[in-house]
Amino acid sequence: MTLMEEIQQRALQLGIPWAVHLDVTYRCNERCVHCYLDHDDRGEMTTSEIKRVLDQLAEAGTFFLTFSGGEVFMRQDFLELVAYARRLLFNVKVKTNGVMIRRAQASQLRQLGVEQLQISVYSHRAEIHDAITKLPGSLKKTVEAVRFLKSQGLKVVVANVLMTLNSTDQAGVHALARELGVGYTLDPTITPKIDGDTSILDLRIATSDLNAVLHNQELVGNVDEYCAAPPTVSEDDMEGYSCSAGHTSVYISPYGDVFPCVQFPLPSGNVRRQKFLDIWHNSPALAEVRSIHARDLPVCSTCSHMASCTRCPGLAYMEGNMRGPSVADCEKSFQRTGIPSANMLRKGHFHSLTPLIQIQPLGL
Amino acid sequence: MSEKYLTRSSAIASRLLGGEMMVMSAVDSTFFTLNEVATVIWQAADGHTPLSEIVDRVCSEFEVGPETAANDAERFIEELSRHGILLVSDFPQEPSSSPPMEAA
Repeated sequence: MTLMEEIQQRALQLGIPWAVHLDVTYRCNERCVHCYLDHDDRGEMTTSEIKRVLDQLAEAGTFFLTFSGGEVFMRQDFLELVAYARRLLFNVKVKTNGVMIRRAQASQLRQLGVEQLQISVYSHRAEIHDAITKLPGSLKKTVEAVRFLKSQGLKVVVANVLMTLNSTDQAGVHALARELGVGYTLDPTITPKIDGDTSILDLRIATSDLNAVLHNQELVGNVDEYCAAPPTVSEDDMEGYSCSAGHTSVYISPYGDVFPCVQFPLPSGNVRRQKFLDIWHNSPALAEVRSIHARDLPVCSTCSHMASCTRCPGLAYMEGNMRGPSVADCEKSFQRTGIPSANMLRKGHFHSLTPLIQIQPLGL
Repeated sequence: MSEKYLTRSSAIASRLLGGEMMVMSAVDSTFFTLNEVATVIWQAADGHTPLSEIVDRVCSEFEVGPETAANDAERFIEELSRHGILLVSDFPQEPSSSPPMEAA
């Protein structure tokens, strides 16, 4: 167990919300085709309200704080909020598209001791990136921001969401990140909109592309190990949880709504009406999430992938049942190992990578 | 022997977890877990409390002898100052106008 896993385990035992994702706005200067949010301001928390929430999170023991949105720099007070969070000694990460970051903002973020900036880049080609963000010139500005931030000594990670529109550009973005001297992370999962609309799921990459990603040594390291058949499911696995959402991590929206995770929109309370710790300790929704062990999952508990699956309870919830399987994660497990999940076998929804019988025409 | 004064760097993130302080350097992302004794020293490192007074505090809270406490404190200071998250001075520091707000 790594040190971080040990700390996470201790936070779990103590019931501490160790990591919090706080969206400070849903407004955005880009209109990304795959975004799961709407971009209207329906009454965002004020500066003082967010500061009060930060005070409460510090009191609750939160260490990792991620500011995200929307585009965080759409808020005029964003750097004031970061400064406040840093005075409370949070480890602060910021997710942004970088378009509004100039040298001055980069310098301030460095002075404030922000741990990491995660910046979305969809393609190394402007015509593709800008078509996804629907903001002409956005790739150029985003790359400039990465350079400013890097020049200030900040840790930057390029986040590459993969979808049908950019499915051939993964290597190009990875190469761009290397050229810029920053980190790279890939997310091949498109999630439903937070209001439950699933129309954007059509943007998910083809299973053959997902298969290629999961077998790419540059991304996963040792492919044989990563794609090996799942390990035997142990008693400990059956007692465990598939995710930290609601256990040691939680999400707060710009309107103060508390959910287990940004991808798990189960209403759990609102910090405008209740103290955060009151929600964390007493929310029936969070209590229900915490009560679900792997053994309580009717389909997944029978699945050979149980010990290694990245099952997202939020995606399962959005598919209709937080105790159910998440189809996207079933597909990942299948594409990774070639072994169908219990849910796939149950529904007969899988296509083997190589057919059982290969028929080669004889070139007549 | 001259007195020493300890100050926590502002380039850190920290939080108490189950009575032990978790500290992460914002400079190189090194993560430190401080045991209960080290946590007491860390929390007292406000820039104007003399090290001798901090050692006395450790002695009284943990029932250890002054020599052991002083040696432990020296090792702790050496380790953390090497990573730049604890600053050591021969003089007390002026309180900052906006000091970090330690919670939890």
